[in-house]
Amino acid sequence: MSSTQIPKELLYSREDEWARVEDHRVVVGITDYAQDQLGDIVFVELPEIGKPLEIRDVLGAIESVKAVSDLYAPVAGTIVEVNRQLEDKPEIVNEDCYGDGWMCVIEIAGDDALADLIDAAAYAQHCADRAD
Amino acid sequence: MRYIPHTERDIAQMLDVIGVPDVDSLFSTIPEKSRLRGELDVPAALSEQELLRVLSAMAARNANTDTHDWFLGAGVYAHFLPTAVDALTSRAEFLTAYTPYQPEISQGTLQAIFEWQTMICGLTGMEVANASMYDGASAAAEAALMAMRVTKRSRIVMAEGVNPEYRAVVRTYLSGIGAEIVEVGRAEDGRSQPIAPHIDGDTACVLVQQPSFLGAIEDLASAADAAHEHGTQLVAVVSEALSLALLEAPGALGADIVCGEAQSFGVPMSVGGPHVGFMATRQKLVRQLPGRLVGQTVDTEGRRGFVLTLATREQHIRREKATSNICTNQGLCLLMATIYLSLLGRRGLRRLAEINLSKAEYAKARVRETPGLSLPLSAPTFNEFVVALDGPADAALARALDSGIIGGLDLETDAPELGPSLLVCTTELASRDAIDRLIAALPAGSDSGSQEAAR
Amino acid sequence: MSDADRRSRSGNAANGFGYEEALLFELSREDRVGYSLPELDVPAVSPTDVLPEGSVREDLAELPELSEVDVIRHFTRLSTWNAAVDLGLYPLGSCTMKYNPKLNERVAHLAGFSAAHPRQPAALLQGFLHLCYELARHLAEVSGMDRVTLQPAAGAQGELAGIMMIRAYHEHRRDHRTKVMIPDTAHGTNPATATLNGYSVVEVPSNDAGILEPAAVDAAMTEDVAGIMVTNPNTLGLFEENMAAIAEIIHAKGGLVYGDGANLNAVLGIARPGDLGIDVMHFNLHKTFSTPHGGGGPGSGPVGIKNLLAKHLPVPVVQKSSGPDGDAYVLDSDFPLSIGRLHGNFGNAGMFVRAYAYLRSLGPDGLRRCADMAVLNANYVLARLKDSGAYKIPFDRTVMHECIVSDGNFSEQGVSTLDIAKRLIDYGYHPPTTYFPLIVPGALMIEPTESESLEGLDRFIEALLAIADEVHEDPELVRTAPHHTRRSRLDETRAARKPVLRWQPNAAE
Repeated sequence: MSSTQIPKELLYSREDEWARVEDHRVVVGITDYAQDQLGDIVFVELPEIGKPLEIRDVLGAIESVKAVSDLYAPVAGTIVEVNRQLEDKPEIVNEDCYGDGWMCVIEIAGDDALADLIDAAAYAQHCADRAD
Repeated sequence: MRYIPHTERDIAQMLDVIGVPDVDSLFSTIPEKSRLRGELDVPAALSEQELLRVLSAMAARNANTDTHDWFLGAGVYAHFLPTAVDALTSRAEFLTAYTPYQPEISQGTLQAIFEWQTMICGLTGMEVANASMYDGASAAAEAALMAMRVTKRSRIVMAEGVNPEYRAVVRTYLSGIGAEIVEVGRAEDGRSQPIAPHIDGDTACVLVQQPSFLGAIEDLASAADAAHEHGTQLVAVVSEALSLALLEAPGALGADIVCGEAQSFGVPMSVGGPHVGFMATRQKLVRQLPGRLVGQTVDTEGRRGFVLTLATREQHIRREKATSNICTNQGLCLLMATIYLSLLGRRGLRRLAEINLSKAEYAKARVRETPGLSLPLSAPTFNEFVVALDGPADAALARALDSGIIGGLDLETDAPELGPSLLVCTTELASRDAIDRLIAALPAGSDSGSQEAAR
Repeated sequence: MSDADRRSRSGNAANGFGYEEALLFELSREDRVGYSLPELDVPAVSPTDVLPEGSVREDLAELPELSEVDVIRHFTRLSTWNAAVDLGLYPLGSCTMKYNPKLNERVAHLAGFSAAHPRQPAALLQGFLHLCYELARHLAEVSGMDRVTLQPAAGAQGELAGIMMIRAYHEHRRDHRTKVMIPDTAHGTNPATATLNGYSVVEVPSNDAGILEPAAVDAAMTEDVAGIMVTNPNTLGLFEENMAAIAEIIHAKGGLVYGDGANLNAVLGIARPGDLGIDVMHFNLHKTFSTPHGGGGPGSGPVGIKNLLAKHLPVPVVQKSSGPDGDAYVLDSDFPLSIGRLHGNFGNAGMFVRAYAYLRSLGPDGLRRCADMAVLNANYVLARLKDSGAYKIPFDRTVMHECIVSDGNFSEQGVSTLDIAKRLIDYGYHPPTTYFPLIVPGALMIEPTESESLEGLDRFIEALLAIADEVHEDPELVRTAPHHTRRSRLDETRAARKPVLRWQPNAAE
């Protein structure tokens, strides 16, 4: 697990999503830990643009050959953009989960939208706890 | 017991290794009060020769295509079975294998399924087909469920021309999830009434059978247009798969899902099962398709091979979120159909369909010229059609039976509004002579006894 | 020219005397025929003369053109690429890959069964209906249930029928319930079936010994739960010792108990689900009653019920009516509270014939012998593997018809359970079920069945032990297995990322 990357500048959910806050928008993807657990990703089911969300609503799903993982909304808001590139090249999530492998952009609703997210140190601990 | 190899010496040795005194001790985890007292009340074992006699006697009490001329279809069709089909599917390597979970030692089954998927796509005019469903009826139900997932709507419009038993299964399957089912009646000529007035923005799909249960060739293109206007899916249901060799592919006419029953392709009638449902759709809907799928890939040396794929749709991974609870397919029956289609091939299947059509047209012509009989429905047909009678249908069937003929389906239950009438099917098994004798036996005044004597 | 080059130009042999085999469509040659059709004895009709414009298709270009010899060779060659029960041990846990008697095939092929029609008059189908009636009666006796419907086409459809009857029962009593309780060891069809019935799933954990604890069931049971789905023996191969107590808890709050009969083989003639408080259960004729698995089906999943569900049975129901002329068998559809139909006809009727032949071949002693020897075999495998210390034994106790071992510490060598399974293939064995049940990491679930002899099991065990040694001596050999098959490991990721689900002319290879 020591090789798992957890960039310091990002926020995280306990469901293994990362969130990069840019003003009122949040870019969302899955963490290195999550992509490693899933193995070779073969399909990403992306949400519909314009869809309103509560925290932890199911956004979409990420599939490997023999497992499926739901993607949960780390913040409340509305989907404004999705990464169409993943439809044809899901392997990008394995290759660059914090960069080109982003999943969607959510426009935040409300002031406490980020309240449930944790920082890199807390997320690292969360991963370590599960490795036991 | 010849199926179990253990000798008493083997058993003693095994118990010794396990460290228990007797076989009964192995069942110690079953509480005493939960055990069966005494033995099961089932008949004592029979030897092979005794059993064969018992089963042969039971079989002899069933009319079949060897004992009677056959005009009964109605969803299960009496076609000739080429010898090669059974010879090949009886091979133990196909018969006694299970689901091809381990592709390195299942390429035979996997490649045959890939070939089946390819043929079903070709016949239906679609882009992806699954590795089969239980039967045509459950395929229709699964198609409706799939359309509900795709459209996120829950209203189903179903033509009465869909086989009544399929409709019953659709109702059963959809009974637990709050779907609304609307049925559309039949027009004078036998085809469905226009579908358009029954479709709205909440309609997930329209199911239309081609040809209809009563044999009418439906206008699928119009049904597709009407459906698509509301973002509704057209599900084309096919219960006589041989019709696909003659009629325009439902995919070419705008169907979004094509499903049905492929029993006509070399699968024995076998009192209604096991048969083989099929289901095909457009590439973009593949992840909503239920059932197993086989895909092409390569091994570590780059050689072509086949695997089960897109399994994340299925119950063993998605569990309560799966596309269906289906866990098996009709592997052996799809193999029969694939072999059959390979034998008949591009030209043979078309020729066979034309033979079926010609027999039906001949029989219809005979009906038209026979006093007391008529054709109540004017829509064009393939190999099955309705004959109106001048007396009770059961009496007409009894007269046919006296001539050694299973004369068709009495429509008293399924289409009572037509009055006394039969659904008659003519496949390649129906000889001209048998058709003539059937037509002679059906009118109320006919005297079939003397004809039987003259045979 | 190398040997390999020469062989690829002029031959088609794969390893051993097997054959590489192209797809049917690649073998096709224009104008070859594999059929003979009789001369038309009625006037030939041109389709375009009698069918509406635009309704006749042009051609069937997608179908191949082959001679009968081509077709026979193609499928005979394909068959040689399969593992099968008739070739050897097929210890796929939870699937009961027992021997499929040849006599069953012979009787199912009798024209009175294979060439009869489901809608011919019942009077002309008496032999078949008699068989259905008797088979249902015998299955009811074997399971301790009151009645049996044969209609469901497979175990999963049997589950659907069973849960539908439970739902119909509650609805008829105007008792609206929304949940179904399912143990964490359950097969995936159980939750999928609950969903199809509009129920949500309440998962109940098994205890450290791998079985259900009455207290856990009690804690999860509410008057909102329609019932519980229990597999007994469970998917760990363990008998649910507390079954009767669990049934009482469920019944006390108005719920019903569904029994998944996948593992019935273990208790034939020894214990009956119906005596343990089960209200409804399915059988798998393709597991317990020896009908062939056919490369993935057809299955057959009859359902047994207690009388309290009788009015909800799927229709039609085969009934016996005794009269002065003897017994007659009739089809009864007069069940206004029936869940309806699940199959277009009677179900997978050909499988009824095979299962009936099997039951009559075995009799009460033979059925009991199946359970005895199946359980003996599973415990023997477990005992020898345990003695060896080569594999981990997650539940160290007497098992029923199957046992679970796990891959121990092989991951330190970078070897996974899947690798062990693949290496077994090199030794000539179909691998056991892997990674199931989900609660045992790295599970290998071994069900030898009663068909296997002592020396056959010994050889299989030796193979597992040899592989355990290989993991430490030459892990790479195991990681890259199989090595002696005509195809090495196949790229499942590639298959799923860019699905190729049919052959297309001129598609890039």
